[in-house]
Amino acid sequence: MGRFILRRVALALVTLWLLSVIVFVACEVMPGDVARSILGPTAAPETVAALNERLGTNDPVLARYGDWIAGIPRGDLGESYAFRRPVDEMIGPALWNSAKLAFLAFLLVVPLGILGGVTAALYEGRALDRAISVGGLSASAIPEFVWAVTVILVFGIWLDVLPVSAQAPPGASFLTQVEYLILPALCLVFVLFGYLARMARAGTAEALDSDYTRTAVLKGLPRRTVIRRHVLRNSLLPTIAVVATQTGYLIGGLVAIELIFNYPGIGRLLVRAADQKDFPLLQGTVLVIGVVYLLATLAADLAYAYLNPRIRYGRAFS
Amino acid sequence: MSTVDELAPIVVHDSARASRRERLRLVLRSKTFLVGAAIGAFWVFCALFGPAVVPENPYADDILNKLQPPSAEHWFGTDRLGRDVFSRVIVGARDILIVAPLATLVGTVLGTALGLVTGYFRGLADDVIMRVVDAFLAIPVVVIGLLALTVVGPSRVAVILVIGIVFTPIIARTVRAAVLSERELEYVEAARLRNEHTPYVLFGEILPNVLGPVLVEFTVRLGYAIFAIATLSFLGFGIQPPAPDWGLQIFENYGLLSAGDWWPTLFPALAIATLVVGVNLIADGLTQAFER
Repeated sequence: MGRFILRRVALALVTLWLLSVIVFVACEVMPGDVARSILGPTAAPETVAALNERLGTNDPVLARYGDWIAGIPRGDLGESYAFRRPVDEMIGPALWNSAKLAFLAFLLVVPLGILGGVTAALYEGRALDRAISVGGLSASAIPEFVWAVTVILVFGIWLDVLPVSAQAPPGASFLTQVEYLILPALCLVFVLFGYLARMARAGTAEALDSDYTRTAVLKGLPRRTVIRRHVLRNSLLPTIAVVATQTGYLIGGLVAIELIFNYPGIGRLLVRAADQKDFPLLQGTVLVIGVVYLLATLAADLAYAYLNPRIRYGRAFS
Repeated sequence: MSTVDELAPIVVHDSARASRRERLRLVLRSKTFLVGAAIGAFWVFCALFGPAVVPENPYADDILNKLQPPSAEHWFGTDRLGRDVFSRVIVGARDILIVAPLATLVGTVLGTALGLVTGYFRGLADDVIMRVVDAFLAIPVVVIGLLALTVVGPSRVAVILVIGIVFTPIIARTVRAAVLSERELEYVEAARLRNEHTPYVLFGEILPNVLGPVLVEFTVRLGYAIFAIATLSFLGFGIQPPAPDWGLQIFENYGLLSAGDWWPTLFPALAIATLVVGVNLIADGLTQAFER
């Protein structure tokens, strides 16, 4: 177990470093003149040259990578071109806002997904199973922004029961904030439900099929007890550990959702950075998104390893 | 002994064909596949013949008749420039159905090649490439697409290449897994003992045997490609105006929702939803047939 953790953390660090290289290189191949694109075509050449000098865009590529990477451990990601503010000061609050939205979405989708998956497994092969499986799969195939405009139209405008912007007025109570977040969270629920239900269904079906379940049934335990004590206990812990690997989809989904609901999270920040060709902000945002994903999958792997005795007691993994 | 040698290849050939026929039968009996195929066929028809059959020019402005609700004249109403939404939705199938399959094809070709090589050779190159793949996978597709399209500028070709390249490592991973089990089989050993060139072993021997997973992966990825490209268009980084692309139409019109003008947003949204659901039903039908 100790060796597994060490190896897994080391691999995460290597991946993180590669990620920083990919993000940096992607932003560096931008054609053209950084200061020129900030100042616009009418600026005087001397002003452009001076700004390029100040931003350090004339330095060699390796020196710039070195500067950028050296700042990261201190939380220094450079300064935004468009907003003239340190990138980390902009990402921090945005990340916190996104986390609130993501947390609410998980809070809704985890119980729903597990309930759906377990139900499907208990009715395996029958109409209810197909309805949950195919319905969930179809729901998760539809892009978040399509869900977003649909729920805005249905709940926000036609039924007029929920706010269509995600940002509660300043000083709003906790419950009001939650109310404003329900529609955006609902879009994430639609997209994530199918995957979670499929995981829970597979885990439950496997447990139902196992020898220990058959033993429990044969020794005359009531069906309810068999399901609760033998089936669910074995099938759900891995499912819960797998939830964290969905963070990637979740963050990808946040981009469009935060834009539509005008919510000041990491996704809207990313779109703004891209719109403005604000490369320090863009680099920083993408890197932070990658780090969040890596941390989540690392946590998921470790949790899964802990829950899975075959890994806990040092069987091979790859 | 000699008769057995002569017969053996024929028997193998026959059983391969029989299992292929059996698989086809399973696919054609699957309700999800048939429903998906019907939806897909409808949109392919629109993409091919849409411009010839729609009632109005999807690009023609008519500012005096802007934002008209659905009526007998304009079935889906008109948008903020007075363009006929029905015509734009039907013709809009063309962009996504050209860009998404091409992007998926680029990813499948590159990913299959990469997966074959890394899975077959293993060793250091495999380790290094898989680390890079992991790093790529740490960034959601939409996010890395946004980053890349900001850098190279949005256009149809850029979207095809960016999504294709982003999908490459994902597909490579699936193909690699399939190759890992194939490479241990006797026919690969036999080809190696016959002193075949490595490219022949990879593409002539192993590739035909992993085509099933590759096909399934292609259809699954096609669904994700439509998902990602529609989202990028919606964010303003995919297909550019004045194209009647669905994601773009939603981007241009969703601000009008709160004013009660729902038709220029809802109909393209339904178009995207039906297309992705159709493709996913096809993928589901194929997956079930191939996993049996």
